[in-house]
Amino acid sequence: MGNFIKDRKPQEDSWTPYTGLEDMDNLPSGDVYVPFDEWKSSRDALLKRNSRLGVILENTDNVAELVEDFDRLDLVVLQFPKMADGRAFTQARLLRERFGYKGEIRAVGDVLHDQIFYMQRCGFNSFEMRPDQDIPTALGAFDEMTVTYQPAADEELPIWRR
Amino acid sequence: MYQYSQEDHQLLQERVSQFRDQVARRLKGDLSEDEFKQQRLRNGLYLQLHAYMLRVAVPYGLLSSEQMRTLAHIARTYDRGYGHFSTRQNIQYNWPKLEDVPKILDDLAAVEMHAIQTSGNCIRNTTSDPLAGVARDEIADPRPYCELIRQWSTFHPEFNFLPRKFKIAVSGATHDRAAVAVHDIGLRLVKNDADELGMEVYVGGGLGRTPMIGKLIREFLPPHDMLTYLEAILRVYNKLGRRDNLYKARIKILVHETGEEKFRELVEEEWQQVKTSSLRLRDEDIKNIEAHFKDPEYEKLSDFDVDYDKELISDPMFANWADKNIELHKKDGYRVVYLSLKSRNQPTGDVTADQMDAIADLADKYSLGAIRSTHRQNLVLSDVKLSDLHSLWQELTALDLATPNYNHLTDIISCPGMDYCALATARSIPIAQALTERFDAYDFINDLGDISLNISGCINACGHHHVANIGILGVNKKGVEVYQLTLGGSAREDASIGKIIGPAFTADEIVDAVSDVLDVYLTNREDPEETFLTAYRRLGQGPFKEKLYG
Repeated sequence: MGNFIKDRKPQEDSWTPYTGLEDMDNLPSGDVYVPFDEWKSSRDALLKRNSRLGVILENTDNVAELVEDFDRLDLVVLQFPKMADGRAFTQARLLRERFGYKGEIRAVGDVLHDQIFYMQRCGFNSFEMRPDQDIPTALGAFDEMTVTYQPAADEELPIWRR
Repeated sequence: MYQYSQEDHQLLQERVSQFRDQVARRLKGDLSEDEFKQQRLRNGLYLQLHAYMLRVAVPYGLLSSEQMRTLAHIARTYDRGYGHFSTRQNIQYNWPKLEDVPKILDDLAAVEMHAIQTSGNCIRNTTSDPLAGVARDEIADPRPYCELIRQWSTFHPEFNFLPRKFKIAVSGATHDRAAVAVHDIGLRLVKNDADELGMEVYVGGGLGRTPMIGKLIREFLPPHDMLTYLEAILRVYNKLGRRDNLYKARIKILVHETGEEKFRELVEEEWQQVKTSSLRLRDEDIKNIEAHFKDPEYEKLSDFDVDYDKELISDPMFANWADKNIELHKKDGYRVVYLSLKSRNQPTGDVTADQMDAIADLADKYSLGAIRSTHRQNLVLSDVKLSDLHSLWQELTALDLATPNYNHLTDIISCPGMDYCALATARSIPIAQALTERFDAYDFINDLGDISLNISGCINACGHHHVANIGILGVNKKGVEVYQLTLGGSAREDASIGKIIGPAFTADEIVDAVSDVLDVYLTNREDPEETFLTAYRRLGQGPFKEKLYG
């Protein structure tokens, strides 16, 4: 750990990712998140678990497919395979703004402090920072700008209507 | 002009202090060049062949005289005494020192300017008609819409890491002076039969390696829906645009590969979800922004001025300039004046610090304190009285800004080429200069009439050679710079991509080749009224090929 930020604070991460090696019936105890494909194929088994559940999406997955499971999903993990690949920004905004998802949205992968300001505006509230990232710098990035022009997950109105 | 709000100012200050900190860390060695690259590119700072290049945004090409003086100050203090106006109405400095860049950004912020989103894979500065608000053929002023797009796109949280850069242009007149057809999104303000204002939406135009004309995906979009529609297009692009290949990442490739019809459906489908969001513009939202662009206090003047007419007759040099570099103004007694940045003595688009200061003074003296930059790399004084034209011309002549060549052969668009650019594979400035030397005779230029000649120093096509009547592309073949000739392009409302006429020419041959092309036109045109482009479209490649290679 040591590189995890949630709700603007460094925290311990309570979640365990499903690595693809475990038997679905024999997952570690506690909060687990699984790839979207596994979620679709093993949904019934997973729902029987007495723990919180999450799902990790590819950045090409359609977030609309999660909507009916929102009440059972405490975490949606979105991926940044490269810093320059910004598809998950759209996924996050759709989850929050269009579909009203209230749980944790987490950024993983090439997560640098440069993106944090934008990520939080799109609805991300937790961040697995790339291991080389300086955590104090990342924490400072939430407030690096105080002016926002557009409506987004954190702001209902454009600046000209406020 | 748009006046910055408290928030606009605050944003710039925060941005500058953030970048100052990053530069300090880079200079101390705490940031590697690689890490720093992400930061500097978000602030318009490129690493070029010899030095850093800073690109400063000129929102929709509009400058106050005060801003122009600051640009002069920057050129003089931090650069080598000049700046370069680009085809996207911005200004570039080729020699800033890294440690000076925060100071430059401070100076810019003091006059409401910046370098935000002038590089990187984000929505770039919106460009527009340099005659916005004064053109006789204007349907509606595009500037309020450009300003709304500026606000919407600045640090847009969802669209700052797009597959590739994204350029938007807005035009509001019958004639397209903003090259909307070769932008990622081009918007044209139009009126329907009921006299209501709307927008044509073109998507997927662009130059570069794969030149394409934008596709009209919506014929009449109410202006209130502009931002929701843009958001829908950008979202479709961010989701589906290619990220596997840099050269196939622009939206033009997505539109092309998806198919125009299917792409339109995707956009419309997304738009249905967002069209009633808070981004939908209300009447008062548009009115409030329009208030920033109200007409200045024009005097009530006649459109005839006896002295002006006399000066035209008595001074043929003045008459020649007036014939080419002046356009009608929507108000009687005023004219729009083009300041040519295409003299024989300076590279295309370059302006010295002294010229900038002088232009600012002339703008105050003759043109209500405003200056515009154009996509053909010239400047405009938009509100000059008929009675002032002769004095203005004399002052411009003394400044070498009165070359009478607007929209004529030597009004050449050229990229900086291998003299500055790290991407270029051939020189372009020397070719532009050689062409100007050869064809600079007044009579010849006059006789050729309306024509465009553009030069790019590599296939990235920053010199817009694809959309010139005569385009020149410099490439490097086995260590030798050679120049391909394309004919028949246009960046206006009849936009088209030029076609390569045949094998390339060496640097020594290219000027003669252009001369041959001009000869074919002069010999074959139906009458002097038939422009080069019209004649080429009628004649086809045949006679040109024969002359060049026959």
